[in-house]
Order: sequence, then C-alpha cells, then structure tokens
Amino acid sequence: MASPQPRIGVVMYPGSNDDRDALWALSALDAESIPVWHEERELPDLDAVVLPGGFSYGDYLRCGAIARFSPATAAVKSFADAGGLVLGICNGFQVLCEAGLLPGVLLQNESLQFICRDVPLVVERDDLPFTTRCTQGETLVIPVKHGDGRWFGPPELVADMEENRQIVLRYGQPCNGSVDDIAGICNERGNVMGLMPHPEHAVDPLLGSADGALILASLVEAARDHAVTLA
Amino acid sequence: MKATVLVRPKSGILDPQGAAVETALEHLGFSVSGARVGKVVDLEVASDDATEARAQVEKMCEQLLANPLMESYEIELHG
Repeated sequence: MASPQPRIGVVMYPGSNDDRDALWALSALDAESIPVWHEERELPDLDAVVLPGGFSYGDYLRCGAIARFSPATAAVKSFADAGGLVLGICNGFQVLCEAGLLPGVLLQNESLQFICRDVPLVVERDDLPFTTRCTQGETLVIPVKHGDGRWFGPPELVADMEENRQIVLRYGQPCNGSVDDIAGICNERGNVMGLMPHPEHAVDPLLGSADGALILASLVEAARDHAVTLA
Repeated sequence: MKATVLVRPKSGILDPQGAAVETALEHLGFSVSGARVGKVVDLEVASDDATEARAQVEKMCEQLLANPLMESYEIELHG
C-alpha cells in the first residue's frame, strides 16, 4: 500500500503573504497542502499546521499581537496542546510567541533595517519532527526577510531553554541582534517550532538554496508518520 | 471615562529606535541621553467609576496592549 499523503494546513491571515509559497513548497515535497482561512473555528482533519510569513492584521500594535485572537489561532492552539505538529515561519513565529505557544518575543532588528538576504544557520538539534533530515552542527543557507526578527528572552528564560534544549537554529553570523543568535526555537514538548528564516523560499536550487527543503521535508515526513498511525 | 496608556520598553531592553532618536537629537546640537521610544494608547472606557475603569484598563494592558516580557505600562485616567 502506498503511504498516505500527509495533510498539512497553512493558515491564511489577512496580511499573510507567504501562504502560497508555503502551500506550493509543501505540495512540491509531496504533502497535500490545505489552506485554512483565519475565521475557521475548527481545523479540518490535518497532520500538521504551518503559520506562514507576512504581516497578519497589519502587524498592528506588535507583530502577531492581533493574530493571536483569530479563531484559527485558537484552533491551532488546541491542535498543538493535543500534540499536533505546528511550524511558525517568520510572522508565524511571532504569532506563536504572542499566543504563548513559544517562549520569548520578537523585537525590531537592532539595525532598525529590514533584512532581506540568505543567512547561514547552524543546526542545534536534529531529533525534532522539523529537523530529522538535518544534521546537528551543519550549516544551512536559508533567506531571512524581516524587520522584527530579534528574538529576546530574559537570561533566566534562556537558561531554562538551553537546559530543555529548546534552541533549534542559530545564525552562523550576527543577523538582527537576537539573544545568543537565536533563529529558531521549539516548545518543551518539541511539537511546536518557530523560526525567522523562510524555508519555503529555499526548496529548489533555482531559488538559490534547497536547504529549506530539509526542514519542510522533515515536517512532511513526520506528518506522514502521523497519517500512517491514524490510517 | 478617558484613559491614556503609556507603553514603554522595559529598562535593560535594547531600544534601537530610542538610540537612533538620541543620535538624531545630538546631530541637532542637543545634549541628551537615555532616549527611549514607546507607545501611547488613548481610549475611552465605558465606565464612570475610576476604580472600575482602571481595573478594566489594567486587564487590557495585561492581555493585549503591552507584552510583559519587554514592555512596562502606565495608566492615566482623565475624569
């Protein structure tokens, strides 16, 4: 029997603008990618969810602060609480932090400039559903494009996160002023991850790098395992 | 009852906007230090009772207007 195609939802908030790239990239990696409108109170039957990049609700007040109240975000929170896999990219990462699904907060870049370029990322963990295709210590090249990507958490929080191995990716060179060059983190349980770089923009060598596919294909694979378990 | 909420970056948090403003003021010839940039939210609460209004605005700050990790807030009520 052919293994089932995992179903991965991509939440579309007003102001999301990387939703289509995420849908496209997940489909290219052999998932059935499903758009989820922000007004949905319940998620369809899904094996994983992606919160895409963009400027949800205009990023008014603080990035991700308003998206936290969207019906779909509440549904994603329940999904994550039940152990579902959730990946937040860029604005999606900001939403996860504001919603309390991930620790810390993302602040305006130290340089005050919007940063849009390929950056090196060092993989700190390769045992998560989002990183099984990566190797710990290796450097990936994936683009960032953000004005508010400086991850911040107080020292005691960072120490706890180090202890729980919640830091997944670090910038290989200083990028936006993030504490300890943090680029991607996960929750304690390891089923929710957020990162500022855009793996969906790096899934084909034609785009400059295919390293983003390592992260998204890991997610697709984990989602497929989930689908198989349920089948 | 009218209320004003002042939201400030907590001390110790790097505020690049404040730093940029400070540099710009120095370029204008002012001698300044410690510039920080925050936000002001003006709103009108549907209550005439100051204690009740303050309690409501406190909740608004905790739930939305400020992120306690990085921001502190101050509430002013205007009769």
